Amino acid sequence: MTSFVSNLVLIAPEAGLAITALVLLVAGAVRGERAGGLISWLSAGALLLAALWVMRDAGSSAQAFNGALVFDQLASFAKIAVLISAALVLAMGNRFLRDENIIKYEYAILVLLAVVGMMIMVSANDLLSLYVGLELQSLSLYVLAAFNRNSLRASEAGLKYFVLGGLASGLLLYGISLIYGFAGTTRFDGVAAAAGGHMNMGLVIGLVFVLSGLAFKISAVPFHMWTPDVYEGAPTPVTAFFATAPKMAAIALIARLLNGPFADLAGQWQQVVIGLSVLSMTLGYFGAIMQRNIKRLMAYSSIANMGYALIAMAAGGVVGVSALLLYMGLYLITTLGLFACILAMRQGEGMVERIDDLAGLSRTRPGLALSFSLLMMSIAGLPPLAGFFGKLYIFMAAVDQGLLWLAIYGAVLSVVGAFYYLRVVKIIWFDDPGPAFVAPSATLSLTAGAAAFFMLPGALWLLPALERWAQAAAAALS
Amino acid sequence: MDLPTLLPAVAFYVFAASAVLFAFMVVSARNPVRSVLFLIMTFFSAAGLFVLMGAEFLGMVLIMVYVGAVAVLFLFVVMMLDIDNVELKQGFADYMPLGGLLGAILAVELIVLGSSWAFSDTAQSARLAPMPEGGDNLGAFAGVLYTDYAFFIEAAGLVLLVAMSGAVVLTSYHKKGVKRQNIGEQVARRAEDGVTLVDVEPGQGI
Repeated sequence: MTSFVSNLVLIAPEAGLAITALVLLVAGAVRGERAGGLISWLSAGALLLAALWVMRDAGSSAQAFNGALVFDQLASFAKIAVLISAALVLAMGNRFLRDENIIKYEYAILVLLAVVGMMIMVSANDLLSLYVGLELQSLSLYVLAAFNRNSLRASEAGLKYFVLGGLASGLLLYGISLIYGFAGTTRFDGVAAAAGGHMNMGLVIGLVFVLSGLAFKISAVPFHMWTPDVYEGAPTPVTAFFATAPKMAAIALIARLLNGPFADLAGQWQQVVIGLSVLSMTLGYFGAIMQRNIKRLMAYSSIANMGYALIAMAAGGVVGVSALLLYMGLYLITTLGLFACILAMRQGEGMVERIDDLAGLSRTRPGLALSFSLLMMSIAGLPPLAGFFGKLYIFMAAVDQGLLWLAIYGAVLSVVGAFYYLRVVKIIWFDDPGPAFVAPSATLSLTAGAAAFFMLPGALWLLPALERWAQAAAAALS
Repeated sequence: MDLPTLLPAVAFYVFAASAVLFAFMVVSARNPVRSVLFLIMTFFSAAGLFVLMGAEFLGMVLIMVYVGAVAVLFLFVVMMLDIDNVELKQGFADYMPLGGLLGAILAVELIVLGSSWAFSDTAQSARLAPMPEGGDNLGAFAGVLYTDYAFFIEAAGLVLLVAMSGAVVLTSYHKKGVKRQNIGEQVARRAEDGVTLVDVEPGQGI
């Protein structure tokens, strides 16, 4: 009985969020639609409290429920990143939803439950918890994508995401069943023992299927088809959520899976990960060149960024994973800042999404223009902004593991990427101004400003702290 | 061969053959309603196989959940849809090469998988683990479901909650101007609330 109680103490953040979601669901049902804004703020508060709780326990390492979940530095790192981005997304999106008249209390509750799913994913130590966490997250995201049901594009986005996501879940389950058949257990340590034995074709095929299912979640090419349409069709705060928290959770999950139970099969999965990485970088950057819609641009940008993250994944080991986590941390900060800017793109009659609508922003809203440009240049990887160092760590990890050609390929492609990121900057500063945007809310300005500040060389003293944290998290895997 | 070993073998071949046969009929039947009926037969055969393997609980669940609920639901949906068979078959030839190629690749994979069929040692020992002593399937499940696997049950419950609230979010419309029942208001209603007495002058309207 004491062990059960200690299990409950370990999953207190997850359980607390789930209970909060239940209570708020009842509160919303009683209060009706009016309570939407309040419930959003309460949920954001609950997410921040959970982040504090995880932070308090960070550093320890324990397992719960007979090894179904593991609580280590890697899980803490990913959970804190997921919780803070989800809280920020909720805080940023409130005004958008109110202005578009689609505010509903279920929005925040679905975000809360998706976050619970992500926390289970990053703590998964068993193929069963991996799958349950992933489904909890995905199912909430499908509903969120179609949340604005009066919009044809949102419904299309939700349907596309749901059908393709169902297919990906099928691939994942097939892989899991193969792994279970050949390892005789779903526990990660048992799978590791089986993978450490003689070369086993069934395990390798199962792993490739599982990787395909997970690649869908991080929208790595060739499992990316849904990304541009879903990013464009979903309401912008939901797009901001898609681009941040689920990516972090899935990347942390893949890192744990590949470097934990399948560490002995590194020679096998490395080729797959390199293939995904090269394709994602190439298609992400070349596909983005033709885009005229800022949300589609962000979709291709996230595909390309996942390609870079997969370089570090392919490098593997503590060096690779710490570079990966550092890069993902910077990616989350930049993306949240960029989406704060995109959410501020509101003219008198409503939201605008075309890149050309940004023309002359430097004269109409200089502060926003400055943040936008800094974030764009940072994600393009221009030195001396923080994004450059994220890429640098990844290339160093790749060279360290003998993947010099992959690092060179990534560096060359980032020049292509710089073209379209800098085109946005050029439109902001040098084109003739269009109608001015209405003043953004304080949350949006603060988020965009803080994210842009973090990219500045003056804030580089913050980088070593993030790096130390990423290294400690990666060390939990070895 | 004596009867006690012969009977299960015969039963296995009957169930296995009928499962494969009916599964083939599911995809080859022209009428979708018949497809669903064949699907039910496939489920029954699979349930028989489960019982033969000593997994009687799984067999019963297969019949109750899949035959009793899922297949009947399929049947309703299929009957309600107006499916034109001719239209469905159009484009079959166009998709045939690609579909055939994918099928062939999957078949090759399965053959590779089958030819290298080697369980790891851990799988072997897990397979040899005996059933829990002195109990049937149901007892064995009951012993672990809400103890060792309590976390998965709760998490699966959350998944169902998301499915339910998601369906409500996406489909329930609150139309304006629709009169809804309000029991309290209706019971508390008095004659004075509904009737207004008007003194009408002769020869004039209201």
